[in-house]
Amino acid sequence: MTDYYKPDHLKRFAEMGKDAPELWQKFSSWYEAVFAEGALSEREKALIALAVSHALQCPYCIDAYSSTCLEKGADRQQMTEAVHVAAAIRGGASLVHGVQMRDHVQKVSM
Amino acid sequence: MSAVVRGRLIPSLLRRGHALSLDAQQRETLARLPLAGSVSFEDAAAEAGHAPLRAVGVHVLQVNLGKRCNQTCRHCHVDAGPDRREVMSDAVMDACLAFLARHEVPTLDITGGAPELHPRFRELVKRARALGCRVIDRCNLTVTRLPNYADLPEFFAEHRVEVVASLPWYRAQQTDAQRGEGVFEESIAALRALNAVGYGQAGTALTLTLVTNPTGAYLPPPQAALERDWKRELKRLYGVVFNHLFTITNMPISRYLEFLEASGQLEAYMQRLVQAFNPKAVEGVMCRTTLSVGFDGKLYDCDFNQMLGLSLPSTILDADHDELDQRAVRTAQHCFGCTAGSGSSCGGATT
Repeated sequence: MTDYYKPDHLKRFAEMGKDAPELWQKFSSWYEAVFAEGALSEREKALIALAVSHALQCPYCIDAYSSTCLEKGADRQQMTEAVHVAAAIRGGASLVHGVQMRDHVQKVSM
Repeated sequence: MSAVVRGRLIPSLLRRGHALSLDAQQRETLARLPLAGSVSFEDAAAEAGHAPLRAVGVHVLQVNLGKRCNQTCRHCHVDAGPDRREVMSDAVMDACLAFLARHEVPTLDITGGAPELHPRFRELVKRARALGCRVIDRCNLTVTRLPNYADLPEFFAEHRVEVVASLPWYRAQQTDAQRGEGVFEESIAALRALNAVGYGQAGTALTLTLVTNPTGAYLPPPQAALERDWKRELKRLYGVVFNHLFTITNMPISRYLEFLEASGQLEAYMQRLVQAFNPKAVEGVMCRTTLSVGFDGKLYDCDFNQMLGLSLPSTILDADHDELDQRAVRTAQHCFGCTAGSGSSCGGATT
């Protein structure tokens, strides 16, 4: 392995079905159903996916859902706000652990 | 003429001497693209039961009054702009009116350039209305902000013209990036003027349709869902109301083709159109019910074929309605633009 994260892996995603076709089929149909219009619109779901992609820092997902967001009617302003939501949760998640830190310090301190 | 657009207008491809200003160069560029599976539009249409793709009648006469425009949008498939001078001659316009009368074509669809800049635009509208035609004007909005054209909203309302107006997005950033700095602000002012004379308002039957093209190399969003968002946001942000939103896929022609090539996205975009081929969209492609007339009187299956120079044998001066009625449509790879996803036409999505 010379490098990680090759862009063409996204196009080759379906190769994951080769040695486990039934599991791939189940994943694919579930995935499709998840993103279909329901109580949430396709645009809202694409924005959630974009935010999660950033929280996971998955470059494949970021490329894919940046395009999907545009094709579902989201714009750069909405997408930027979605990324801030992911960043805020990640930041908040770090920060809230500070309470654990404070409890620990309290416990071991005089 | 371009006073409403702030900043520098880009010159047309023709003015810049760009190779893509030649229709043959555009056709060649599209034909030589290596697409996965070497799929041709003709094969795809045949699999959808249309071999060859045929017209079913002339329900709409779409006349292109010429390439003059007060804007130079980056995606324009006409390569229109203030530096273009080509306009429809009197003889061709008279022949269009005679064709409408002789064959009782229900709809006249007027496009350009900015068609309102043609000296006989208003006469064309009045005479077509007198014939009983439904008349559609494809308006860039900002033309109504030019000093000599400020009364266009009243003119449209008086003659019950359906206004189909271009606005790529409901924010300035995306709109100005495609159409020129300051265009969004002027477009909103134009929409307010149209609303003020009754367009888009309940009970007036004055129809205002907005048309959105993606401001980049991607497919348009689903039309119905987007229309809900647009109605909410345009009302909330600017107090603007309208009747319908049409989504139109950008065609890889002229200045949009230039953008795709220059940004290295041409192959990927064409591949995206092919991959999104929707067999159900073939049935409703607009060329099956539309006849397109160029400023010089040549006939085409659509405005896109017009810009690629894919003309029909006859002209509006010697048009034989019966032959045109069931004609085989001239197709090529760009036709995948009208069959991708939900389908695309001058009337928006087709499925």
